[in-house]
Amino acid sequence: MAISNVAESRPQQALDAPSEGPLRELWKSLKRDRLAMTGLVVLFLLMIAALAGKALTEWSQILDPATVRLTDKFRPPMARAAAEDLPVASRPPLGRYWLGTDELGRDVLARMLQGSFVSLSIGFIAVGISIIIGITLGGVAGFYGDLKWGPVSVDGLLMRFTDVMLCFPTFFLILTVVALLPPSIYNIMIVIGLTSWMGTARFVRAEFFSLKEQDFVVAAKALGLPERRVIFRHMMPNALAPVLVSASIGVASAILTESALSFLGFGVQPPYATWGNILSDGKDFIFDAPWLFFIPGLSILVVVLAFNLVGEGLREALDPRLRGLR
Amino acid sequence: MLAFLTRSLAQRLLLLVIISILAHSVVHLAPGEPSQVDPSNPRMKPEDIARIRAAFHLDEPLHLQYVYWMRDLFTGELKSFKDNQPVLPKIWRRFLNSLPLFLCATLIVWSLSFPTGIQAALRRGSIYDRSTTFLAYALISIPGFFLSYLVILWIVDTFNVPVIGMRTFGMESAETSYRWMDRVWHLVTPSLMSAIGGIAVLSRYVRSQMLEVIGHDYVRTARAKGVVEDQVIYSHALRNALLPFITMFGLMLPGFIGGSVIFEQIFAWPGLGRLGYEAILARDFPVILTLNFIAAVLTLAGTLLSDVLYSAVDPRIRLQ
Repeated sequence: MAISNVAESRPQQALDAPSEGPLRELWKSLKRDRLAMTGLVVLFLLMIAALAGKALTEWSQILDPATVRLTDKFRPPMARAAAEDLPVASRPPLGRYWLGTDELGRDVLARMLQGSFVSLSIGFIAVGISIIIGITLGGVAGFYGDLKWGPVSVDGLLMRFTDVMLCFPTFFLILTVVALLPPSIYNIMIVIGLTSWMGTARFVRAEFFSLKEQDFVVAAKALGLPERRVIFRHMMPNALAPVLVSASIGVASAILTESALSFLGFGVQPPYATWGNILSDGKDFIFDAPWLFFIPGLSILVVVLAFNLVGEGLREALDPRLRGLR
Repeated sequence: MLAFLTRSLAQRLLLLVIISILAHSVVHLAPGEPSQVDPSNPRMKPEDIARIRAAFHLDEPLHLQYVYWMRDLFTGELKSFKDNQPVLPKIWRRFLNSLPLFLCATLIVWSLSFPTGIQAALRRGSIYDRSTTFLAYALISIPGFFLSYLVILWIVDTFNVPVIGMRTFGMESAETSYRWMDRVWHLVTPSLMSAIGGIAVLSRYVRSQMLEVIGHDYVRTARAKGVVEDQVIYSHALRNALLPFITMFGLMLPGFIGGSVIFEQIFAWPGLGRLGYEAILARDFPVILTLNFIAAVLTLAGTLLSDVLYSAVDPRIRLQ
């Protein structure tokens, strides 16, 4: 009897068991989304550009973003450098300014490459901070939410704190803090990170709440696994998928916030070049040197768009209600 | 209902106190003081700085400064550090300037994003749907001031629309009707530009909301009964899809202050966002704090309003 039962249930089990991990499945359904895949390709190219920028402008100095060539200011893209007037050290490679020069004769290509690394690291570090805070608070609220401390529960306390943070007008708060603190690139990253974790915290909390009731977690607890292991090995990997979505969109909005801060004069200060401050410097020369305005502006547009499309593709791939429709 | 109102009002008051304490400490603990804004000014002597600090209670302990701020705020005695003008009338004047911009932008956002989103949902997967989707993402992804500058370049040459300030200089003596036309004319570009981000976000949201509702059984039932398709969409589906937008509406109130800094700066619009920006530049703590406080009040009022409206519209939800 028992044997026949096992034989009957085996094919059933094989059907039910997920053949692949959640991330692999996500990737499969993301591959079908053409916009998101284009976005991924753009992001891949951007990573290469950022690393190349770091390599070319800082490690090997082939392209020096800080070289001032007053004889060669406002040269349009593809212009030849006036080679005979320049000392050999400050000549651009191949004798051309591929993206033109700015009001001090600095090579825009070099500045954009340097800026790509800085802008990207602002986005990644800010989002990293916000995700660490969000996962920690959301996870604690979701897992230890029932613990009471007098009349207040842990969950209530943490979620009220999240509500408090949501009540601040975010951009105004960032502006206030960045303006009051001494200007530094790290302050901008930290402030953007500290003011954008609320969505992640709510997602993770909701995810933990539903995971806590599920059989595999109950089983893991019943087996007597240490709490640490239940949380990090069994629950966290399953709660991370929605975090990916908000991370991708978060990087996009951090890059936009940085450019808005640059516009108001509170962005990253020289000598660092970011796409935001190249753009906001370029706006003063929009008639004389339109490339100074359009190159960084369109680059920001393309990159932020790529992050948004990837994030949205992930969201659709994760949404079980939309899965059947495609 | 009454019990719900009292309880949530009490909760929100408590939140408001915590928010104001947090904001107060952030602003006061950050380096940089109003007395240090102009350190290179040779006429600023140490005695002057001491007098300024005493006048603004800057030497008192932090919690006392907080009490002073709260007392002055609620008695209407709060004065700006910068020009010693009372803060509340100052904010009120700027609020009246921001109001038409906010109303126009909101009107544009809501009246454009609903038709766009509904059409996109009904024609899911069509070229229209895909192009509006792409356009919406592009508009979300473009830096606001980059797009505004492009539009300014184009619109000023083509349509001769004014893009600076609220009114034409020297129009004060013109007839009332001309003055009004001038003001409306000035309102066009700023409100359109500040609406664009909202249109992109909201139309996406309308689309996904409609898509979700259209798959429900009651829509199929309505179709099966032989109800005209327009009526199925607009009176059966749309009415149910509208519910979450009550929450959106409540959450849009605080956008009044935070969302407008960039656009008011671009278009030289003397509104609340610029007031905040100028106050930050001048370390004008009372104005910064009061603006933050008002934003928090607006947020809390918005969520309360949406809770109440939700229960009024959706009979499945009972407030207790």
